[in-house]
Amino acid sequence: MQRIRGALSALIIAFSWLGAANAAVEFPLGGETYEFPIDDKFKATVVGTPEKFQKTFPDAPVKAARLKVFPDREVPEYLWYESEMRYSHAFQDKPAPLIFLIAGTGGSYNGGKNAAMMKAFYHAGFHVVSLSSPTLPNFIVSASKTGVAGHAVHDAEDLYNVMEIIWNKFRDDIEVTDFHVTGYSLGGFNTAFVTWLDSQRKVFNFKTALLINPPVKLYNSISMLDRMLENIPGGVDNFELFYNKMVNAFSVVYSREERLEFGEEFLYKVFKELQPTDEQLAALVGLSFRFSSAHLAFTSDLMVDYGFVKPSNVELGRNSAPGDYQKVAMRLGFTDYFHRFFYPYYNEKLENPISRREMIDSMSLESIADFLRTADNVYVMHNRDDIILEEGEIDFFEDVFGDRAKIYPLGGHCGNMQYTDNVAHMLTVMGSLPNW
Amino acid sequence: MTRYIDFKRNSGLIMLVASLLLLGACSTKPVKVGEPVEVPVFPADRVLDPGTRYKVDEVSDPFQGVNRTIYRFNYHFDRYVFLPGVAAYQYITPDPVEKGLHNFFNNLTDVTTLINSILQLDLEKTMNSTTRVFINSTIGLAGFLNIASDVPKKEEDFGQTLGYWGVGNGPYIVLPILGPSNLRDGVGLGVDWWVRNELIRRNTDLESYQEMAINLLWALDRRAHINFRYLETGSPFEYEMVRMLYTTKRKLDIER
Repeated sequence: MQRIRGALSALIIAFSWLGAANAAVEFPLGGETYEFPIDDKFKATVVGTPEKFQKTFPDAPVKAARLKVFPDREVPEYLWYESEMRYSHAFQDKPAPLIFLIAGTGGSYNGGKNAAMMKAFYHAGFHVVSLSSPTLPNFIVSASKTGVAGHAVHDAEDLYNVMEIIWNKFRDDIEVTDFHVTGYSLGGFNTAFVTWLDSQRKVFNFKTALLINPPVKLYNSISMLDRMLENIPGGVDNFELFYNKMVNAFSVVYSREERLEFGEEFLYKVFKELQPTDEQLAALVGLSFRFSSAHLAFTSDLMVDYGFVKPSNVELGRNSAPGDYQKVAMRLGFTDYFHRFFYPYYNEKLENPISRREMIDSMSLESIADFLRTADNVYVMHNRDDIILEEGEIDFFEDVFGDRAKIYPLGGHCGNMQYTDNVAHMLTVMGSLPNW
Repeated sequence: MTRYIDFKRNSGLIMLVASLLLLGACSTKPVKVGEPVEVPVFPADRVLDPGTRYKVDEVSDPFQGVNRTIYRFNYHFDRYVFLPGVAAYQYITPDPVEKGLHNFFNNLTDVTTLINSILQLDLEKTMNSTTRVFINSTIGLAGFLNIASDVPKKEEDFGQTLGYWGVGNGPYIVLPILGPSNLRDGVGLGVDWWVRNELIRRNTDLESYQEMAINLLWALDRRAHINFRYLETGSPFEYEMVRMLYTTKRKLDIER
């Protein structure tokens, strides 16, 4: 009896072992208890993970690089300095998997979140290539084929093109065992479409892709982000007053020793200085996205002379002042860009014009849900309290990704990306069990 | 005689070329404007409220054309001269030496702060900077060690002193190599620099090439500790944003 029981348990252990080996990924950490320290979703979004809860790594040997993506492209004179795409890489000196990182809306290859991921993956033994968001002016000018940013498929094609060029450039210098890709926020959305594209083009055959806090339907998320500015005390009409106050707060904390950018760093600094209330926090998040929408809309406008804020037959030179165009761009949101520029511009190029609704539906993970449902190399990591998702949208991920979805209860929008559990999860998904 | 005429003729030519260059550099208007100008989807006169004072317009910038040209020059200088110089400096210099030099230059900056704190009749800042300079210059081995790191540090310069006594910004100026400034702060920089050099000159017997070497090292050290990169903020309105932030920051620094 004793012996049979012993043999049985040995069998059970053996089978569960086999089971574990068969399952694509085992998640050792962050399962039952999740102790991310901030339960306010806006605060988590702005502040991110407090330092003592972060998993930090030593610096990686990161090299900044530039790439002429379209050798013959003449860029608008005003944007002369964006003619080459900037990115960075950190390579191992032994055979290793290579991972591409894609930044979120308006985010740069050297922004805080990409930089943190770069270190984590480098020290986990990956070659890392860090890319800016296709919505960053530098990318739009240097690497976007159409010049009009924010299109789910076109942006993915541009990213794929850039990845191929970079890979061809270094394929003789580094040994790559297999390819991976990840991105946060809009970069997560881009990751999904890039992987979908890869399933057809098969250049990389991505072994794993991880979507971090992506939107489901782009239009829903940009509408929510635009609406956050309605939280400005006194309403959107007080934009200038609010803007003034936020810029003052930023100036107090900013020192020349630091990198200057208007995304997450801006948010964080203003928060530190002002300790704003919840409504102000929402407005502040809205403002930081407003910078992104203004920059991308103005840049795309210059790229194709659409006549969105700049008259189509006016050309700015390298010394020209943008003047009122800047102020106008700052007063317009993503939805203005979508309805009055993006949609009519792309629709005109289609053989069979589509309705606004159809365009909106196509800029959505739902449009590739069938692919995502069966693509067992695509994972998602999200937060139940993410502020860019509409009510109920979070269910899309568990429904479509099943076991490949990891939904945390807290973290806001990307606020927990540097939290120890989350970093462990990212690495585990990519097949590298954390050794700490 | 002929020589004199030659010089005169040449100087006239030089003046002509220079003013043409300046004129060329001065225009901040669009380079091409159609006739008639197409109305964009969102024209300024429909979106903007004429009664609003816009933050971005608050800074006086009459020399904008020249400033923009210098801003571009700084980008190129940074990219092809300054930053490679900094990289070489960091590569050659052993880390402890680099750190020591950084502390040494910071100590010199503290001297500037000390002088300006006195000029602003600010007792607390004067005490703090005196303590820092005294400790670091003595047991900190002439500033190479930052022993007084716990003493609060806030930089004061002559631009701020002028501001403290009520002198306004004056026009915004982008200085070659040094970057964003304005008339008041530019004068301030010059004064601080002159005072510092006088102090060095009177307390040491360095040759002039040695003084130049110190200034060069100082510039490299300064740049090494500034992460700002021209035209890499991701904003197509960077010139305006930097102008606005610089001016706001200086205003708040003076008030504090």
